[in-house]
Amino acid sequence: MRKYFNIIAAYSIMLFLIIMVGIFQSWSIALSILNYCLISAVMTMGANIQWGYAGLINFGIMGYTALGGLAVVLVSVTPVPEAWSAGGLNIIGSLILIISLVLIVRLILKKYKNHKYKNYFITFSIIFGVILIRFVAFPGIEAIEAVNPAKTGFLGGLGMPVLFSWIIGAIFAAGLAFIVGKIALGLRADYLAIATLLIAEIVVSIIKHEDWLARGVKNVIGLKRPVPYEIDLQTSPWFINLVEKLHQGKLNLLSSVSDKKDMLNQLVIDASSVYVKLCMTGLFLSVVIILLILTQKALYSPWGRKMRAIRDNEEAAGAMGKNVVKEHLLIFILGSAIVGLAGAMMVTNDGLFTPGSYRPMRYTFVIWVMVIVGGTGNNFGAILGGFVVWFLWVEAGPIALYLINFFTTHLDETNALKVHLIESAPYFRFLMIGVGLLVIMRYRPKGLIPEKINVKKI
Amino acid sequence: MSETEILHVENVSKYFGGLAAVNNCSLKIKKGSITGIIGPNGSGKTTLFNLIAGNLKSSKGSVVFNNENITNMPSYQLFSKGLLRTFQIAHEFSNLTVLENLMMVPSNQSGENLITALINPKLVEREEDQLKEKALQVIEFLNLKHLSNELAGNLSGGQKKLLELGRTMMVDAKLVLLDEVGAGVNRTLLKDLGTAILRLNKEKGYTFCMIEHDIDFISRMCDPVIVMSEGSVLFEGTSDEVKKNDKVIDSYLGRSNQKTMDIQ
Amino acid sequence: MEDNLELLNAVILLLNYTVIPAITYGSQLALGAIFVTLIYGVLRFANFATGDMMSFGTMFAVLLTYYFQSAGVGLGFLPTALLTLPLAILAMILYMLFIDKFVFKYYRISKSAPVQLAMVSVGVMFVTQAIIRIIIGPFDRRFMDGEKFILKASEFKEMTGLSEGLTIKSTQAITLVVTIILVSTLFWFLNKTKTGTSMRAYSDNEDLALLSGIDPKKVVMITWIIAGFLATVGGVLYGLDKSYKPFVYFNNMLPIFAAAIVGGIGNPYGAFLGGYVIAFAEILVTYAYKKFFIYLLPEFLEPDSLVQLLSTDYKFAVSFSILVIVLLFRPSGIFEGKKI
Repeated sequence: MRKYFNIIAAYSIMLFLIIMVGIFQSWSIALSILNYCLISAVMTMGANIQWGYAGLINFGIMGYTALGGLAVVLVSVTPVPEAWSAGGLNIIGSLILIISLVLIVRLILKKYKNHKYKNYFITFSIIFGVILIRFVAFPGIEAIEAVNPAKTGFLGGLGMPVLFSWIIGAIFAAGLAFIVGKIALGLRADYLAIATLLIAEIVVSIIKHEDWLARGVKNVIGLKRPVPYEIDLQTSPWFINLVEKLHQGKLNLLSSVSDKKDMLNQLVIDASSVYVKLCMTGLFLSVVIILLILTQKALYSPWGRKMRAIRDNEEAAGAMGKNVVKEHLLIFILGSAIVGLAGAMMVTNDGLFTPGSYRPMRYTFVIWVMVIVGGTGNNFGAILGGFVVWFLWVEAGPIALYLINFFTTHLDETNALKVHLIESAPYFRFLMIGVGLLVIMRYRPKGLIPEKINVKKI
Repeated sequence: MSETEILHVENVSKYFGGLAAVNNCSLKIKKGSITGIIGPNGSGKTTLFNLIAGNLKSSKGSVVFNNENITNMPSYQLFSKGLLRTFQIAHEFSNLTVLENLMMVPSNQSGENLITALINPKLVEREEDQLKEKALQVIEFLNLKHLSNELAGNLSGGQKKLLELGRTMMVDAKLVLLDEVGAGVNRTLLKDLGTAILRLNKEKGYTFCMIEHDIDFISRMCDPVIVMSEGSVLFEGTSDEVKKNDKVIDSYLGRSNQKTMDIQ
Repeated sequence: MEDNLELLNAVILLLNYTVIPAITYGSQLALGAIFVTLIYGVLRFANFATGDMMSFGTMFAVLLTYYFQSAGVGLGFLPTALLTLPLAILAMILYMLFIDKFVFKYYRISKSAPVQLAMVSVGVMFVTQAIIRIIIGPFDRRFMDGEKFILKASEFKEMTGLSEGLTIKSTQAITLVVTIILVSTLFWFLNKTKTGTSMRAYSDNEDLALLSGIDPKKVVMITWIIAGFLATVGGVLYGLDKSYKPFVYFNNMLPIFAAAIVGGIGNPYGAFLGGYVIAFAEILVTYAYKKFFIYLLPEFLEPDSLVQLLSTDYKFAVSFSILVIVLLFRPSGIFEGKKI
C-alpha cells in the first residue's frame, strides 16, 4: 500500500479539486471538466506509450485526434444520397486511382530497384497520376459541394452507431501512423518531432479544406450520441419522477403548486444535463480503465520487457535479435491509434466536428505537457498528467481573474492596467502551463509520478 | 569456403568521409577456435566488428558466415543465424534486472507478441518459467546469483561485461564476437570471464573472436591471434609468433612506446 | 510585335504575382531559418519557440512604433518601425539572454539530450506566447506607415503601355534591402572575424573547440545576440509586409523549420537558400496560371479552368510536403555541407 501512497494521494487531490468545482461553480461544469480530463488522459496514454515505452517523439497528436474526429462524422452521420448520386462515382473512381498510383510506385520501387531512371519514372507517374485524379475528382467534388451547401454539401457518413466510430477512429489513426512511421521513424528524435508536427498540419489542412469529405470549416453539428438526449429525458416520466424523489425535501418547502412546478422544471433541466454527462463519464471511464489494464499488463509482459530493452539500448537490442525498426513502427501505430480513439471520443462528447479548432497548441503541445508533467513511461502518471494539466488549462482563467481582482482591489475600476489585465486573464493559462512545464522539467524531470522500475523478485 | 571455417571476411573496406577505417581487410575464423584480434588504437578492430555484426554498412567487400553471404545484414537477422556480439562499452539494459536482461534474449517467445501476451497469459507464464530456469542456470554459471534481482545499471563494469557474455548463453550461438571483454574488469573477475569463455568453447562448442588489449589474457586464451594495423590484417599466428614478429613490434612502436612495453 | 507584347505581359504577370512576393516572403523565411539553424548548430536543439520569439521582438517594434507615432517622430516616407528596430532588437536580445540564463543554461551544462532541450523550448514557447498576449493581446495589428508603394500598377502601365501592371510595395523593397545587408554582414562575421570562426569551430566540434581555448560562454552569448537580430528583423519585416498577429507568427514557425531542414540544418547558407526554396514552391504551386496562359497561348488553346496545381488553402501543405520529400531522400538537406 505504501508504494501506491503517492498515486492515491495525487488522485484524491484531483478528485477533491473537481468536487470543489462542482460545489463552487456547478456540477455540470465539474462533469464537463472531468470528461475532458478523461479524454485527455486517453490522449496522454497514447503519447506516453510512444515516448515512455519507446522514446519516440510524436508531435503529430493533433493529426491523429482530427482523424479520430473525422471517423465519427464518416461513420455516424446519415448518408446524403443526393450527394452520392451527384459525385459519388467520381470520388470512388479517384480513390481507386490513388490506390493504383500507390501500387504502381511500389511496383517501380520493387522491380526497378537499381534502374538509372527509377526516380524519374516515379516522379512522372506521380505527376501524371495527380493530374488524372484531379481530372476525375474535380467535377464530383463540385457536384457534391453544390448539394444543399448550407446543410450538407458533403457525402455524409454511413449512418452507423457512433460507438463504432471509436474503433474506426483508432484504425484511421493507425493507418496514418503506419505511413508516417514508414517515412519518418528512421530520423533523429528532434527531426521526428518536426516531421510529425508538419505531417499533422497537412492532415488537418486536408480535413479543413476538403468540404466534400466533412464540410471542412463549415463544421458538422448535431452528431449522434451514445447516451440519451437532454430533451428526451426532460419529457420522460421516469426521469421526472426520479428528480422529484431526489429533491423531495426541497420541493416540499414550497407551498404553491405553480412554484413547485417551476422549481421541478428547473431541477429536471439541470439534472438532465448532469445525467447525460454522467453517462459520458461512465463510458470514458470504462475506456480509461480498460486501456490502463491492457497497457499495464502489456508493460510487464515479455513484450513490455522487449520494449523496455529497446528503449534502454537500441543497438544491444538489435544484437539480441530484436527488430528495432519493426517494433518502433508497431508502437508508433499503437500509440497513435489510442490518440485516434481519444479524438473520436472527444467529438462524440462535443456532438460536433469543428476542423478549424485543431491547432497544434491545444492538441499537440498541451498533450505533451501532460505527458511530461505526469511522468513518462508511467501510465498512472500519464493519466494524472492529463487530469492536472487539463484542470489547470480550464481553471487557469478563473483563477487568474480572481488573483488579478485580489491584487488590484485598491485600483479604480476604470484603471487602465486593471482593465487590461482583466481582459487578458484568459491568456494566463499559457503562462501557467509554460511555467509549470519548465518547473517540472527542472526540478522533477521524471514527472509527478515517476516511472517505477518494477523489480520482480523470484 | 571450407568446412572448418565459420566466418570469412573478404576485402572489406569502410570509409568515413575520405578516411579508410577498415581497408581491404580479409580474414578467416576457424570453427571452434578462440581467435584473438589485437592492434594499436585506431587500427579498425571495432569498426570491423561493427561491419561483421551489421551495426555499420561496409563500403565494399563481402562477409560470409556459415556458407551464407551476410554482407550488410541487419544485426537482428544475424542473431537468428547464431552470430552474436558484445560491445566495447557494455550495452546492458540498465532499467532491466539481471534476470530480465537474460530472459529477454531468446527470440520467438510467444509473450513477445502483444496479442498473445494479453490473451493467453497461461502459455506465456509457462514459457516464462522455462526461461527463468535457463536464465538462473546462466546466472549460476557466471557467479552472479546474488545479483539476479539487481538492476543491470547498478552493476560494476566487469559484472556488466559478464552479463553481456551471459546474454549470448541464453541461445545456441555459433560465433560470438567479444569486443574488449576484459576492459575495466578486475583481475579476479577477468579470471572468471576467461574460465567462462573456455568452458563455453569446450562444452557448448561456441566459436569466439575477441578484441583484447591485455596481451596476457590473449596469449592464455587465443589461438590464432590476428594483428590489425591501419585497417587491415598485418599478421596472423600463435601468440608466441606474434610476440616475436618484427612487423608487429614495428607497428606498435610506430604509434606509441607504451604499447611496445605491453607487448613485451 | 503583338506576340512580343503578349510575352512581355505574361512575364510581368508572373513577376508581379509570383516572383516578387516569393522573394519577399522567402527573405522573411530565410532570416527565421538562419535563426533556427544557428541555434541548432551551436546550442544543438530544435527551438520550438522560434515563431514566438520572432513575435516577441516584433511586439516591441509595434509598441514603439505606436509610441513614436504619438510623439510625432517618424522617418518620412519610410516606415517608423525601422527607427524602432535597434530598441526592439535590444529588448529581444535581453529577453533571449534572460531565458538562456534561467532556462537553457542548466540543461546545456548538464549536457541533456537535445530532445529534452527541445521540450524545454516548448515551455519557453508557452511562456513567451502568454507574455505577448498579456501585453499586446491576440489581435491583428497593422503598424506599417510611410509611403506604401514604390511603383504602382497604374504608373507602370502608363510608363510602358503594357496591359499588365507591375507593383512594387515599399515593404517588398525594404525586406530585400534589409535582408541583403543583414545576411551579408552575418556571413562576413561568420567567415572573416575571429569570433565568427570560433563559433563555426564550436558548432563543428565542441570538444575540439574547447581544447583550442574557445570560451563557450562567449560563443553562446554571441549566438543569442545574432539570433536576436535575426528574429526581430525577420519578424518586423514580415509584420510590415502583412500584419502583426501573434498566432500567425506561431504558425510561421512551421515553414521556417521546413526551410531550415530543407537547407540542411546547421548550415546557415543552406537555411538562407531554403527560405527561398520554400517560398517559391509555396507560391508557384498555388498560383493560378490561367491569365498567364491566356497571354501565351493562341486563342483556341486558352484554358477554361484556373490552371492551379493546388488551391491556396494548401500553401503550408506544399512546404511541408517538400520537407517530407527531402527527409525521405536526403535527410541531411539539399544544401548539405559545412556546418556553420
